[in-house]
Amino acid sequence: METYYHPHDLGKFADMGKGNPELWDKFMAYYGAVFAEGALTAREKALIALGVSHAIQCPYCIDAYTQAGLQNGSNLEEMTEVVHVACAIRGGASLVHGVQMRNVATKLSM
Amino acid sequence: MASAPATTLAARGTALASSQHQLDILARPAAWRGFDDRLADAGLPPLRATGIGVFQINVGKFCNQTCRHCHVDAGPDRTEQMSRETAELCMAALEKTDIPVVDITGGAPELNPSFRRMVERSRALGRHVMDRCNLSILLLKPHADLADFLAANQVEVVASLPYFRPTQADAQRGDGIFDKSIEALRKLNALGYGRPGSGLALNLVHNPVGAFLPAAQASLEKQFRRELDRQFGIVFDNLYTITNMPISRFLEFLLDSGNYEGYMERLANAFNPAAVAGVMCRNTISIGWDGGLYDCDFNQMLDLKVGGGAPTHIRDFDAQALANRTIVTANHCYGCTAGAGSSCGGAVA
Repeated sequence: METYYHPHDLGKFADMGKGNPELWDKFMAYYGAVFAEGALTAREKALIALGVSHAIQCPYCIDAYTQAGLQNGSNLEEMTEVVHVACAIRGGASLVHGVQMRNVATKLSM
Repeated sequence: MASAPATTLAARGTALASSQHQLDILARPAAWRGFDDRLADAGLPPLRATGIGVFQINVGKFCNQTCRHCHVDAGPDRTEQMSRETAELCMAALEKTDIPVVDITGGAPELNPSFRRMVERSRALGRHVMDRCNLSILLLKPHADLADFLAANQVEVVASLPYFRPTQADAQRGDGIFDKSIEALRKLNALGYGRPGSGLALNLVHNPVGAFLPAAQASLEKQFRRELDRQFGIVFDNLYTITNMPISRFLEFLLDSGNYEGYMERLANAFNPAAVAGVMCRNTISIGWDGGLYDCDFNQMLDLKVGGGAPTHIRDFDAQALANRTIVTANHCYGCTAGAGSSCGGAVA
């Protein structure tokens, strides 16, 4: 079945360097530095990336950072909590816009 | 997660019980390059031994557990056991060398009637002895004094514990095994194992619970140390991370779960030329329950005996002839060269 997303396309990510190697190299150098052990461990960063992956709903990122989570010693309970954090922030972001709805409704209403 | 199978490949009589069938699967054309080609691509010569620092004896396939990832296809129904005569041949060969480390594995090695004799003989020869222990064996009634025996002989215990939570550990090793492992670790700690200055080394082994590579060893060790202490008050010396080898029951899991191609590709993509120098086969001789000689325990399970004209049975053991032998390789060898590398002593790079 034809779909826009193909799991094997994740392995072709580096093809994005073919159009502009200079920008690709800069991005990858930055990417690598971001995920290196620092004040946060590689495990913590992989968990944050997994949460962000769900917030932005990127299937490639979810695939990659589920693997990275497991590979960095995280477990399913931790990774499920991470998804709930993403869910809570996304849900909260919708809900907090309800204040805008209330502001408009209040202004328009008698 | 699915529960562990109750029986071995051998008991079920599946095609995968045949080592040749496993090798055929590993040799199938694939998206990744073959291991030997990859060595050549990296400008590395075929693997050769650099000596023999470890005398690894696999005393058989009999085990009280049936772990899902077991590369030995060990279990309670397996009857292959090293005989007393072969054990004697091992000790006679060891005596003629100065190989410093004796590494005893299985199955559950302690279930072999010759286990204790081999430990005592090796210790009397002044060799360091390692017992690859599944922990639950220490709680079985007939082996109630086993932990004391190991301590009395200053045997290093290398114990399997894939994770510090029961869900993951039991998914790999069988229901209830985690709780037994914790009880056994407490028993070992009470004897001084894992405590500084005791001289009793307790090292844990982590195998990933699934089709992915192990975490960075130092990082995971910190996590294990913190969690085992916090939750259970357990201490240990080192954590070794070991990559699951795509053979035997783990190969069955990979095939059944549709993970085989992805896992092999992951191993091949993570090929690390720097890990090649430290692979254990270069410094080990592996002896099978029937006295056969192999480059490593994995080759042993694939029936790949030592090559290059070196003696292939313990009765003909010749340390010099074996010390610089060419190592027999196939695509499963990616398991030891991926990422930080993997050996019986954990990461190598």
